[in-house]
Amino acid sequence: MADETPKPSELLSKIDYHTPSTHWMDVPVNIRKGMYCYASNPKSVEYLGLPNARAWNPIEEDWKLPENWQQILHEGFKERLEKFRSIKVFMDICVRCGACADKCHFFIGTGDPKNMPVLRAELLRSVYRNDFTLMGKLLGRFAGARPMSLAVLKEWWYYLFQCTECRRCSLYCPYGIDTAEITMFGRELLNLLGLNIDWIATPVANCYRTGNHLGIQPHAFKDMLEFFVDDIEEITGVRVEPNFNKKGADILFITPSGDVFADPGTYTCMGYLMLFHFLKEKYGLDVTWSTYASEGGNFGSFTSHETMKRLNAKMYLEAKRLGVKWILGGECGHMWLVINQYMDTMNGPADFLEVPVNPITGTRFDNAASTKMVHLSEFTADLIKHGKLDLKPERNDNKILTFHDSCNPSRGMGMFDEPRYVIKNVANHFYDMPANTIREHTFCCGSGSGLNAGENMEERMAGGLPRANAVKYVHEKYGVNMLACVCAIDRAALPASMAYWVPGMQVTGVTELVANALVLPGEQERTTDLRGEPLPGMEEADE
Amino acid sequence: MNKFYLSSLLAVFVLALIAWVGGPSAPWLFGIVLPYLAVILFVYGVARRVMGWSRSAVPFAIPTTGGQQRSMPWIKQNKIDNPSTHLGVFIRMALEILTFRSLFRNTRMKMTHEGRFSYNLEIFLWLGAIAFHYAFLTTLVRHMRFFLEPVPLCIQAIEAVDSFFRFEISYDAIQFGLPGVYISGIVLLAAVVYLFLRRLFIAKVRYISLAQDYFPLFLIMGIAFTGILMRYFTKVDIAAIKELTMSLVTFKALSFKVPQGIGPLFYVHLAFVSTLLIYFPFSKLMHMGGVFLSPTRNLAANTREVRHVNPWNYPVKVHTYEAYENEFRDKMVEAGLPVDKMPEESAEEEKE
Amino acid sequence: MSVMAQLVSRKEAIAGKWLARVIDTYPPETARFLRGQQDPFANPVGQATRHSLNTLVDMLLAELDEAAARTALDPVIRVRAIQAFTPAQAVGFVFDLKPILRESLGPAAQNSEESALLEDRIDRLALIAFDVYMQCREKIYELKANEMKNTTYKAFARAGLIKDPDQGAGQ
Repeated sequence: MADETPKPSELLSKIDYHTPSTHWMDVPVNIRKGMYCYASNPKSVEYLGLPNARAWNPIEEDWKLPENWQQILHEGFKERLEKFRSIKVFMDICVRCGACADKCHFFIGTGDPKNMPVLRAELLRSVYRNDFTLMGKLLGRFAGARPMSLAVLKEWWYYLFQCTECRRCSLYCPYGIDTAEITMFGRELLNLLGLNIDWIATPVANCYRTGNHLGIQPHAFKDMLEFFVDDIEEITGVRVEPNFNKKGADILFITPSGDVFADPGTYTCMGYLMLFHFLKEKYGLDVTWSTYASEGGNFGSFTSHETMKRLNAKMYLEAKRLGVKWILGGECGHMWLVINQYMDTMNGPADFLEVPVNPITGTRFDNAASTKMVHLSEFTADLIKHGKLDLKPERNDNKILTFHDSCNPSRGMGMFDEPRYVIKNVANHFYDMPANTIREHTFCCGSGSGLNAGENMEERMAGGLPRANAVKYVHEKYGVNMLACVCAIDRAALPASMAYWVPGMQVTGVTELVANALVLPGEQERTTDLRGEPLPGMEEADE
Repeated sequence: MNKFYLSSLLAVFVLALIAWVGGPSAPWLFGIVLPYLAVILFVYGVARRVMGWSRSAVPFAIPTTGGQQRSMPWIKQNKIDNPSTHLGVFIRMALEILTFRSLFRNTRMKMTHEGRFSYNLEIFLWLGAIAFHYAFLTTLVRHMRFFLEPVPLCIQAIEAVDSFFRFEISYDAIQFGLPGVYISGIVLLAAVVYLFLRRLFIAKVRYISLAQDYFPLFLIMGIAFTGILMRYFTKVDIAAIKELTMSLVTFKALSFKVPQGIGPLFYVHLAFVSTLLIYFPFSKLMHMGGVFLSPTRNLAANTREVRHVNPWNYPVKVHTYEAYENEFRDKMVEAGLPVDKMPEESAEEEKE
Repeated sequence: MSVMAQLVSRKEAIAGKWLARVIDTYPPETARFLRGQQDPFANPVGQATRHSLNTLVDMLLAELDEAAARTALDPVIRVRAIQAFTPAQAVGFVFDLKPILRESLGPAAQNSEESALLEDRIDRLALIAFDVYMQCREKIYELKANEMKNTTYKAFARAGLIKDPDQGAGQ
C-alpha cells in the first residue's frame, strides 16, 4: 500500500505475501492525496484570534511550527487532563480488547489499521504514557510509550482528521471510551499549533462574523430565502412570508445555513418556510428567522470547546434579544449534539426563555425544560400526532424511502422514532436499512466533523462505504430511491457518496417530505413536488 | 511484536524463580514483607489513581445514547440505553459492570450475504471476558477462607456451589481424597489462556497489544496455575498456610515468624499475587475503577432537561449582535431588515 | 477430463486462493477482518471482493461476456479505486489468477490450447478492469469538481454577497 509504483515483478508474482507485521509505531505516516483536507487559511485563524496562524502545507516536510511546539502540546495536554475527566479516564483504562476495532467506517472503508478507534486513541495515549505516567517513563516502549516528535504529530493530524466523531465505537466499548471525545481533544491540541483544516477554519471565521458558515451577509440571507418564497409560490400558488429578526415572535428558528445555499438542503429549507406559513395561517404561530444567528451548525465544535462556545453563544443571545418564548432547531447533526449536550452548560442557563410548549397542541416538551430548544422532528411529530397538519402523503408516492440516522442525533441524543414517525405519516413507502446499520448502530455518512471538503473525496468515499452499502441493499431489495435524513452535512455529503456507490439514489431532508405532503390553505392544485418533479399521477399534466 | 509477550513471559518466569528460591530461604521477606508491601501499595495506588480521576472536572454531560430518547409520552423511551433518570443510569451501569452489556452488543445477530442470520465469533470475546471476571471474583471470594476464622457460612456456601464434584482415589500408590474441584479455578485458567491466545492469533488484536497487555495475563495464568498445582497435585501444608495468612490479617505476622512447612510453590503463588497487587494501580487493570467514572456511561441523558454545570466555565469572546449590526447596518436597512439602531442614531453616537 | 472441466471442478478452490491473494494486498491486521467478518454490512469491502471474484471465476471458465465482466468487476474495483493503491495495484489482482490456474493445472496441461485461451481471457479481464478503474477515478474527479459547482458559494461570491474574513470591515 505504498505510494510509489512497484515493479511489475513485484506486482505480478507477489512473493511478499506474508510480510511480518511491523509494529504500528514503526510505520511512518504517509499523508496521501485525497485523504486529507487543505490546511487552514491563516486569515481565518487570525480573524478568530487563534494561535499560530500561518500558511503551511500538510505534505511539505516543514510545518512551520512554533519553536516550542512540544512544550505547547505538553502543557495543553496537562491542562486538559485536569479539565476533562473523560480524557484522563480514557487515557488510562483502555484494555485494548479490540471490540471497537472493526466498528469504524473509516477502518472498514480504508482498511488502514490506524483507523481502528483503539489505535487512533493509542496515537495519543502513547505520548500520554511517555509524558505523564510512571510506567511509561520507566519502561518506555515496553509500556507503550513514545516521545512526541514531528512524525508523531503528523500522524496525529492525519488520523484525527480521519475521524468524523460519530461515536459508533463508543457504543461497543465496555468502558464507554468515546473516540469522538478523544478526537475533539486531539484537534483542540492541534489547534494550539494552528494545525486546523481550512474546511473547518474558514466556516468558523465566517460564522463568527456573519452568523453563518458561508459568510452570507444579512441582506443576502434574506434574498436567498426570498428566492425560495418565489419558488414556493410558483409550485403552490401561495406566497409565504417569513419573519426576519422579529422581536416578540413566539419562536426563534435556527437551522444550518447549508439548507439555505446547497441542494438538496434548499428544498428542506423551502419545507421549513411552508410549514411555518401553514402554522401561522392556521394557528397564528409566529416563527422568526434570524440573520445574526443564521447558522445552526457549529464547526467550532470541530476546533475547540472554546470556539464551540463562542459560536453557540449567538443562539441564546439572539433569543434573548428578540424576546421569543423558546427556540426551534432545524435538521442538523452536530448542531444537535452541541444543543443537546453542550449549549445549556456552556451558555445557559436560559432563564429568559420559557419551558417549550407547543401552543397548538399544548404539549410541554419536558425533555427540553432547561435548554429550551426543541428539534423540528419532535415538533412536527407532535403536530402530526395531534392531527394538526393537513397532509396528502400520496404526493410522495413516487418516493420509496429509507432513513439514515445521523450520528449525532443518534448517539448524542437518541432521536430515532420521531423522524420515522414523521416520514411514515407523510409518505407511504418506507423501508428501514438492516438493523445493524441504523438507529444507534448507524454508520456515518463519512463526511462529518468538518470533513466534507472536495479535495478529500477518496477519504469521504471510503468512510461513506458502509453507509452506502446498506443503502444499496434496500435500493436493490425494495427499490428505494430516496434517502431521507435530518442533517445538513448528510444532505451536502451523501449525494456525492450515492453518486459513486449507489447511482440513482437521491437525498432528502425530512421536512421536504412534510412540505410535499402538506396542504397549504388556499393552495392551487400542485403538479410538481418542491424539486419541480411531477407528482405521482401528474406526469402528463406537467407536459 | 513478539518481544512484547516474550519479555512479559520472561518477567513472570524470573519472578517465579526468585520466589521459588527466595521463599524458603527468606520466608519473612516473601511471606510477610512482600504481601504487606503489596497490599499497602495496592490500596495507596488505587486510591491515588481514583482520586486523581475524581479531581479532574466533568465539564460536560456526554452520555453515549444507545436507544430512543425521552421525548413525548407516546414515544417509547429506551430507559436503560438512554437513561433520563438516576435509576436508569444505575441500571445501565449495573448491567455494564455486571454483564458487560456494551461488549455484548458486538455479538448481536448478523446477516450473511445469503440473507441468513448467524452469530459471529465475537461472542467469544464477551464469553471469555465474563468467564474470566466471574471466575476471578469467585476465586477471590473463596480465598477469604484463608483470612477468616471461623470461615463464614456464606463463603462455605460459595465453595459448595463452586466445587462441582469430589472424588477419591484410593489406589495403593496415590491415596488421597481429591478435594472438590473448583470450577472457578479451571474456568479462570481456561479463560485467561483464551484471552492470551486471542491476543496472539487475531492479527488486529495482536497489532494493538502492548507488553502491558500480556504481562497481567501471564501473571494471572501463573496464579491460577500454581493455585491448581497446590490444590490438586503437589499437596501443600494448608494448615501452615492458613496460620500464616491468619497471622497476616491479625498483624501477628509483625513478629516475622513464618510457620514451618510452607512449600516453595506457595511462595511463587504469593509472589505472583503480590506482584499483581503492586502492578494493578499503574496499569490498565484500573479499568475496574475507571468504568465507574466513565462520563459516557455514568451520566443521565437528560441534558436538555437538567442543566449540567461546568466548574471551569469561563466567559469567552463573542461576536455580539451589536457588533454585527454595526458592521452590516446599512445593508440591513436597505434590505428591509429590522435594526436596533437606525444609521442616523449610530452615526450620532459615534460622533459623541 | 478436459482442462476446463478439471478447473470447473476446482472452481471454489481457485476462487478461494484468488480471494486470499487479493485480501493479502491489505495490511495483515486488516486482512483477517476482511476474510473473517461474514456480515456484508459490517464488512462491505470483503463482501464486494468475495462476490466479484466468485462471479469472475465462473465467468472465466465458461464464457467471458464483456458487459457481464464489467458488472462483476465493478464492485471490487470501485472499492480499490478509492483505497491506498496505485492504479497498478488496484487492478493488478486480475493477473494473480494466472499463477493460480497454472498451479492447479499442473505442468502437463500448461501448454494446452485451453490454457492459452484462459490466459487470453485474463488479459481481457485486466483491460476491462482498467476501464472500470478509470471510470471510477473519473467519477471521483467529477465529484470533486461538481461539488464545488453545486454549492453556489462561488456564484454568491461573484455577486458580492459574501464577505471573506480577510476583507476589511464595511466593504
